Amino acid sequence: MSATTLAAAPPAGRARVTLRLVLAGAILLLALLPALNRLPADAALHVSDFTIAVTGKWITYAILALSIDLAWGYAGILSLGHGAFFALGGYAIGMHLMRLIGPRGVYGHPVLPDFMVFLGWPELPWYWWGFQHFPFALLMALFVPGLLALVVGWLAFRSRITGVYLSILTQAMTYALMLAFFRNDMGFGGNNGFTDFKELLGMPLNTGNARAVLFYASLAALLGCLWLCARITASKLGRVLVAIRDAESRIRFLGYDVTQHKLFVFVLSAMMAGLAGALYVPQVGIINPGEFSPGNSIEAVVWVAVGGRGTLAGALLGAFSVNALKTWLTTVAPEFWLFVLGGIFVAVTLFLPRGLVGLLDRRGTGR
Amino acid sequence: MSESSQAVLPMERPPVLGRPRPPRSDAVLYLDGVSVVFDGFRALNNLSLIVEQGELRAVIGPNGAGKTTMMDVITGKTRPTEGVVQFRDIDLTRLDEAAIANLGIGRKFQKPTVFDALTVFENLELALKAPRNPWACLRWMLSGEARDRIAATLAEIGLTARAGDRAAILSHGQRQWLEIGMLLMQDPEVLLVDEPVAGMTDQETEHTAALLRRIADGRRSVVVVEHDLEFVRALGCKVTVLCEGAMLSEGSIDHVQNDPRVVEVYLGR
Ligand SMILES: Nc1ncnc2c1ncn2[C@@H]1O[C@H](COP(=O)(O)OP(=O)(O)OP(=O)(O)O)[C@@H](O)[C@H]1O
Ligand SMILES: [Mg+2]
Repeated sequence: MSATTLAAAPPAGRARVTLRLVLAGAILLLALLPALNRLPADAALHVSDFTIAVTGKWITYAILALSIDLAWGYAGILSLGHGAFFALGGYAIGMHLMRLIGPRGVYGHPVLPDFMVFLGWPELPWYWWGFQHFPFALLMALFVPGLLALVVGWLAFRSRITGVYLSILTQAMTYALMLAFFRNDMGFGGNNGFTDFKELLGMPLNTGNARAVLFYASLAALLGCLWLCARITASKLGRVLVAIRDAESRIRFLGYDVTQHKLFVFVLSAMMAGLAGALYVPQVGIINPGEFSPGNSIEAVVWVAVGGRGTLAGALLGAFSVNALKTWLTTVAPEFWLFVLGGIFVAVTLFLPRGLVGLLDRRGTGR
Repeated sequence: MSESSQAVLPMERPPVLGRPRPPRSDAVLYLDGVSVVFDGFRALNNLSLIVEQGELRAVIGPNGAGKTTMMDVITGKTRPTEGVVQFRDIDLTRLDEAAIANLGIGRKFQKPTVFDALTVFENLELALKAPRNPWACLRWMLSGEARDRIAATLAEIGLTARAGDRAAILSHGQRQWLEIGMLLMQDPEVLLVDEPVAGMTDQETEHTAALLRRIADGRRSVVVVEHDLEFVRALGCKVTVLCEGAMLSEGSIDHVQNDPRVVEVYLGR
């Protein structure tokens, strides 16, 4: 137990200050990127469209990492199914984007998305109602993942399913959803999913303007989630979560209802993942059942492990650094990526149990 | 609660010895015919025990007698295979650990288990009696009164200087004290204290005995499991001897020490 405790010990003193400064600097730099994108293409500081698109995507990954860290790094709930919450958030906003296509689809149907016309559906199924309104779609992007987490979490936590069993359960959850979403008769576009989006909030997608707006929206969401997580982890609730993580069976005897606390953090975490997915889909322009693949959830957990679980900065650091590496490697030698990812995970587990953040703390007193 | 104690006060209680079981209404803890069977092994065997309001009670017995299992049954960690376990009129066998703790039954574990990643102060703050739901914990602000209570407990357990240290770096004896401190912070009505003085110095042992005597002040009841007979003598209370999951003897320390059955199975060796 002392090993896990050490692994999750947040850095203290100087390391903590350094970490905060680095974080603030990085966020400031991010905030400048879309402005630099507006500079003339031959200016020294010009930032390409590609960089904006990629960084915007990473920011949504960072939100996903943060949500996993809150559940795993603080409360000890190792979910290997957070990709499902992310994907559900993405599908919710994807449904809205599909509705906005309207008669501009290939088949020109005024209401039905192309794939429904293709399948010969006469009208919209009931669960598509309301998605023409953006606020409703956004609400669903939070509500549906939250509800799923509530049901799965309640069943699991109430029966005291923890550790590996919970990880397997969540992995099975995302796998089952992937199979379901692959089916055409589910009404979510089968294996093609949704794509060919036209606009969002009256703003044509795939323009520099839309990219900047989505980028800033993602950054604002990241800052909001960071604030919320910081607020929680600094509160007594945060300390209860840490106590649950380290000695779940002990804290019950102090009168804490562990199920209640775990549910709270799991649902909140799922909603954050849903929000990340909702910001991700308009930026990448596509959502399909592949997003539910178990590998995605595992990869997101690796980001957090690499950065350093149990510290909020670690989750962000992990999401950005691993994805930067991935983007670089998939252009240079894509066939190696999975091996590298596996290698990183093994190396971090063996040599850097506290992740990159732990490196910062090396020279500290170690308290 | 104050009502019931008032109702009892004016009456002279008959002497416990030689009297049949006291009426249940007096009892804070009431165990009757409790058995716990692990894979055919009877850790508790038809055990009956009554602890009254304000009582300090010592429980002794050889290793494996079932002392810790008895506490497990009361606090909801282990479900009895059969028997009645009640706190006042409340059936404890239907409640989970958290609900039982919230009724006012606190426990110090034999093997001290504190929260290593948190500081000594934070451990006590977590134990402090306050609403336990997630929302209340999120909104929690440390009041001056709460701070004073924690400071008083820190002084009582001698860890004032260590308040800001992580519990992980405490010595075994200090962890014992922190566990006791966490028990005090809960302000329970019934305290179940499993081997509190293991690893303590003589001076600390005396301090603990005085502390427990003080806590059993008429409102709170305390059940102490301990091997150290000097310590049990210092508690100056009724002693229950367990052996092989059942009660072997009960009475004053002198009484049980001279009971031939006790001498044979426990003290004589
Ligand atoms: N969960 C369990 N599963 C199987 N056997 C158990 C379990 N818990 C306790 N026992 C057994 O029940 C018996 C009583 O154990 P218990 O811990 O209550 O004894 P104790 O009186 O507290 O002893 P000690 O003085 O060593 O602390 C022991 O033989 C123990 O091995
Ligand atoms: Mg014991």
